[in-house]
Amino acid sequence: MERRVADPTRANLPRLSLHVPEPKFRPGDAVDFVGVEVPPAGSAPRPDTAASPRDFTELAYTMVRVLDEENRAVGPWDPRLSADTLRRMLRHMALLRAFDERMFRAQRQGKTSFYMKATGEEAVSVAAVHALDYEDMCFPSYRQQGLLIARDWSLVDMMNQIYSNKGDRLQGKQLPIMYSAREAGFFSISGNLTTQYPQAVGWAMASAAKGDTRISAVWCGEGSTAEGDFHSALTFATVYRAPVIMNIVNNQWAISSFSGFAGAEATTFAARAVGYGIAGLRVDGNDALAVYAATQWAAERARTNQGPTLIEHFTYRAEGHSTSDDPTQYRSAGEPTAWPLGDPIRRLKDHLIALGEWDEERHAAQDRELAEQVKAAQKEAEKNGILGHGLHQPLDTLFDGVFEHMPWHLREQQAQMMAEEAASGRPWDRK
Amino acid sequence: MNMIQAINSALDVMMARDPDVIVMGEDVGYFGGVFRATAGLQAKFGKTRVFDTPITECGIIGVAVGMGAYGLRPVPEIQFADYIYPALDQLVSEAARLRYRSAGEFTSPITVRSPFGGGIFGGQTHSQSPEGIFTHVSGVKTVIPSTPYDAKGLLIAAIEDNDPVIFFEPKRIYNGPFDGYWDRPSQNWSKHPAGEVPTGYYRVDLGKAKVVRPGEALTILAYGTMVHVCTAVVAEAGVDAEIIDLRTLVPLDIETIEASVRKTGRCMIVHEATRTSGFGAELSALVQERCFYHLEAPIERVTGFDTPYPHSLEWAYFPGPVRIGQALKKIMKDA
Repeated sequence: MERRVADPTRANLPRLSLHVPEPKFRPGDAVDFVGVEVPPAGSAPRPDTAASPRDFTELAYTMVRVLDEENRAVGPWDPRLSADTLRRMLRHMALLRAFDERMFRAQRQGKTSFYMKATGEEAVSVAAVHALDYEDMCFPSYRQQGLLIARDWSLVDMMNQIYSNKGDRLQGKQLPIMYSAREAGFFSISGNLTTQYPQAVGWAMASAAKGDTRISAVWCGEGSTAEGDFHSALTFATVYRAPVIMNIVNNQWAISSFSGFAGAEATTFAARAVGYGIAGLRVDGNDALAVYAATQWAAERARTNQGPTLIEHFTYRAEGHSTSDDPTQYRSAGEPTAWPLGDPIRRLKDHLIALGEWDEERHAAQDRELAEQVKAAQKEAEKNGILGHGLHQPLDTLFDGVFEHMPWHLREQQAQMMAEEAASGRPWDRK
Repeated sequence: MNMIQAINSALDVMMARDPDVIVMGEDVGYFGGVFRATAGLQAKFGKTRVFDTPITECGIIGVAVGMGAYGLRPVPEIQFADYIYPALDQLVSEAARLRYRSAGEFTSPITVRSPFGGGIFGGQTHSQSPEGIFTHVSGVKTVIPSTPYDAKGLLIAAIEDNDPVIFFEPKRIYNGPFDGYWDRPSQNWSKHPAGEVPTGYYRVDLGKAKVVRPGEALTILAYGTMVHVCTAVVAEAGVDAEIIDLRTLVPLDIETIEASVRKTGRCMIVHEATRTSGFGAELSALVQERCFYHLEAPIERVTGFDTPYPHSLEWAYFPGPVRIGQALKKIMKDA
C-alpha cells in the first residue's frame, strides 16, 4: 500500500484561530453599556401559561420588564400587586441589603471567616418568594439568602450559622452562608455548583409522582450553567414535565470570569430553554415586578401540569464575589453604577413613591429601623459566640450525622479525638 | 432463584411494602433492565414508580437525591459500575454529605444498584470494580453480595437503610457461582444452597460479614465473585482456611475479621479491583494494626493488576485459582 505523504505545512489552507472571550471593560476602562440591549418596559408579550414551549423563542431573546423610566408599572406582565404587597417586598429587599452590609462588616471585623453579599440582586430572590407558596421547595445557590429573609426566617438563626456558634443548627459543620432551613422550604446549600439543579427537578418529580400540589424552584448563576448538571436537569425536567421553576441569575460575573465564558456572547441564557422544549423567559432581574410576574406565571404553569419554566434574570453583581474577592482586579470600577438596569431597591421605592404609597422620609426611617433590627439580631446571635472565640458546638458533635447510626470506626475516631483533647490540657470550650 | 431473580424479588417485595420506593434508571422500565433485574416491575407497579430515564448518570443520581429529600426512597440503577463516574459529584458531594451538612434536616435514603466486576469478557468499561472509590467516601455504605440469598436480604436492608448505599452486584455470578475456572462449564444457582431464596420479606443486616468456611490455618477476606473462587481454591489445596465473605465493606464487620485472624495468625485478602489504594490496602492496614502480635506471616493481597481491565488477556488479569493458589502456598510456607 502506498503511504500518503501529507504536506505538513498545508500552506494553501487558511490558518485557524482560537477565540477567547474578553469582557468589554477591564480595570481603568471607561464604562459604556450602550451595547446592552434593554427593550422598553411593557413590550414583551405575555403568553398563556399553557402555551407550547415552541412559542417562546421571542421571549427568550427579549426581556420582560414592567417598571418603566417614569417608575410606572406597564404592559401585560404588570402583576397588579397591592401597595401593601409592594411595601412588603421593598421591606424584605431593604432588610436583605442591611443584613448583607452588617455581615460583610462582621467578616471584616474577624467575627466570621467568610461572607457573600447579594447586593443588586435583591429582587431576584425576594420577589420570587413573594410569588411562590410557602410550601413550595426552594433549591438555592449561595446568593439567595433573600429567600430566607422574604420567608421571614429568623435573622439570629442565619447569623448563628454565619458565626458557627453554639446556636448554629448546623453544628458549625458548614462554611458560613451555606444555610439549611427545611421548615422554610430552603434546601441545604452545597458548595458544589449546580448540583441542586437535578435535585430540584427530582423533588418536583417526586411531588408529581405522589399527586402532591407543591412545586419546586431552583437557582444557579449564569457561570454555573456550564456545569453538566445543568444539562441533565433540563433534560429530566422536559422529559417528565417536572413542576419546577429553574432560575438563572445572570449577574454578568462568575468570580472574575465575565458571562462570555458561560456562552453569553453567542446567545442568551433563556434561549437555552428553547432547545430543550422548555418555556423560557428572560426577565429584568432588577425589576421586582417583572421577577414577581415571571415567577407567578411559571408557578401557574407548573401547578397546572404544563411543565417546567427556565427564567433568566438579567442583573448585575454590584459587589465582589465574596469577602475573599476584590473585583477591581478584573473589572472596571465604573461598572456597578453604569449598569443600565439600575438598582432594584431604588426602582421599587421610586415606583411606590410614584403611586403616592411611599415617600423618601418613610424609606429613610425604614432603613434606620431595619439597621436597628439587624443590629439587635447580631447582638443576640453573638451571645451564642462568634467564630473561634469559644461557645461553639460540643467537640464530639464532629462525628454526628455522617450516618444515621455511628459505626464502630467513627466511634473509635471520636474516642481518639476526645482523648487527644483531654491530653492537650486545653479544654475545648476555652479555645 | 438466581441472583437476578433474587434482586428482582427484593425490589418487588419492597415496592409492595413501601409506596415511597421507586425504581429508575436506563432501560429499567418497560424493557425490565439489560440484565432483567427489574423485569415485570413497571407492569405491576406502574410508570410513576418504575421508569426509564435519559442517559445521564449525574442526572439519575441528582434526581434521586432530590426525590430522597422529598421523602421518597429511590433505588436508581447505574447500568454498569464502569459508568458511575459521571455521577460521582452527586454521590460524593451530595448524597454522602447531605445528612452531615444539614445536621439531619435532609437525608439521602437512596440505594444505587450497579452491576460490577469482571470475568465476562467485558473489556475496559464493563468489568471494573470501583468499590475502593466509595469506601473512601465518608457518608456512604458499600455493599456487595455473593449469593442470591444474600443479594435479596442485603438489598432489602439497603433500601430500608436511611443512609445512601452503593449496592454492587457481581454480574459474573448473576446466573451461577463462578469458581475461577473459565474453561469449565459454568454452574447454575439452582444447584447451590444459597440459590434457595424465600419469596417474601427477609433481611440480611448491613455491616455483618459471613464466615463461609470455618477454618484454623489462615483467614481469607473476600467478597463478591472472589468468595467462590477462594472456596474452590481452598478445597483443591486442602488447606483449612477460614473464608470470610465481607458482604458490607462500609461499615465493616471488624469483629468477625479480628476474631478470625487472631485465631489463624494468617490473613489473605482477595479482590478483583486493582491493587494500589484498593480496599485490600485498608483491610491489610486494619489487620496489621489490630492483629499484629497474632500474625505469623505477612498479609497477602491477591488482586487485579494496576492496569485497565483488558479484553483478550482477561484470564491473565483476573485473580484466578493459579494466583490465589500461589499466594496460599506463600503464606502457608512456614506453617
